[in-house]
Amino acid sequence: MPEHDPDTNAIDKGQGREHRVEEFHGHVVPIGVYVAVFLALLVGTGLTTGASYVDLGIWNTPVAMLIAVTKASLVVFFFMHLKYSPKLFWLALGAAVFFLVLLLTGTGSDYVARVFLNLGNPGT
Amino acid sequence: MAGQHEASAFGMWVFIAQEILFFGGMLTAYAIYRNLFYDAFAAGSHHLDVTLGTVNTAVLICSSLTMALGVHAAALGKRKATVLFLLLTIALGSVFLGIKAVEYKDKFEHHLVPGAHYSAESLRGAHGEELPGDTARHSEIFFALYFSLTGLHALHMIIGIPIVAYMAGQAWRGRFGPAYYTPVEMTGLYWHFVDIVWIFLFPLLYLIPHHA
Repeated sequence: MPEHDPDTNAIDKGQGREHRVEEFHGHVVPIGVYVAVFLALLVGTGLTTGASYVDLGIWNTPVAMLIAVTKASLVVFFFMHLKYSPKLFWLALGAAVFFLVLLLTGTGSDYVARVFLNLGNPGT
Repeated sequence: MAGQHEASAFGMWVFIAQEILFFGGMLTAYAIYRNLFYDAFAAGSHHLDVTLGTVNTAVLICSSLTMALGVHAAALGKRKATVLFLLLTIALGSVFLGIKAVEYKDKFEHHLVPGAHYSAESLRGAHGEELPGDTARHSEIFFALYFSLTGLHALHMIIGIPIVAYMAGQAWRGRFGPAYYTPVEMTGLYWHFVDIVWIFLFPLLYLIPHHA
């Protein structure tokens, strides 16, 4: 019977594990998380359509956009794994969202200001 | 390898950031014109089929789930499951495009495609009345944005489907496993982004209330 060194064996096992971690650089999200996100997205879709039949006055569009942003966040963080990704990726997305908001508010405020200042509207 | 995977993913996120602003330009045009010509936009929106729009949103969400499960299977080295989920994603994407084609056909039949033959005759206002001249004219802007936004979105899917098909082929040949599945994951990022665009387009185009 060959001599058995439990320590060496343990190190081997450890290295094996480490090697696997090094090879596998993704993040295995449990399937349950995907299914839960999927169900939430379907509920959100139903809510969006349902809410559009209710007269919420000026709030119809904000509510629809709030649901859309929530749904998009679920997709981004879980389906696209941003939750488990380096902060650098958050920065790329954050920069795009920042400039999109700048584009919308900058252009929008110009049109609003024209109404206030009675400058006439280029679109009409 | 890990560094390469991260570099690929970062490149993909930067590409997606660019795509957000690409769609953002048109979304800004939409926001401005919707506020300027609200009644025309509401009338145009009410011509769209909310049921088909809702079903298509659900179809696309299902395709995002199968895509996520496909990436998951690839990461675990499950070859057949990867191929199966990617093929399901293609099937669901095709269903989406099929429903979109049915909707486009309706717009052509009602002369709602912007251009020389555009006519707002089939559109109705908040109380079922025909649209007054200016509103009728402005409704063409709604449909111009409808076709640009949904057309560009559909184009993204038409580009995405062959890429997913290629990944399914590569997966079938056993090219992916826990050590290397970057292409499947990047395809997934693209597919999910296209899903997100639709999540915003659906309420913006289909669900404009008549009041306000």
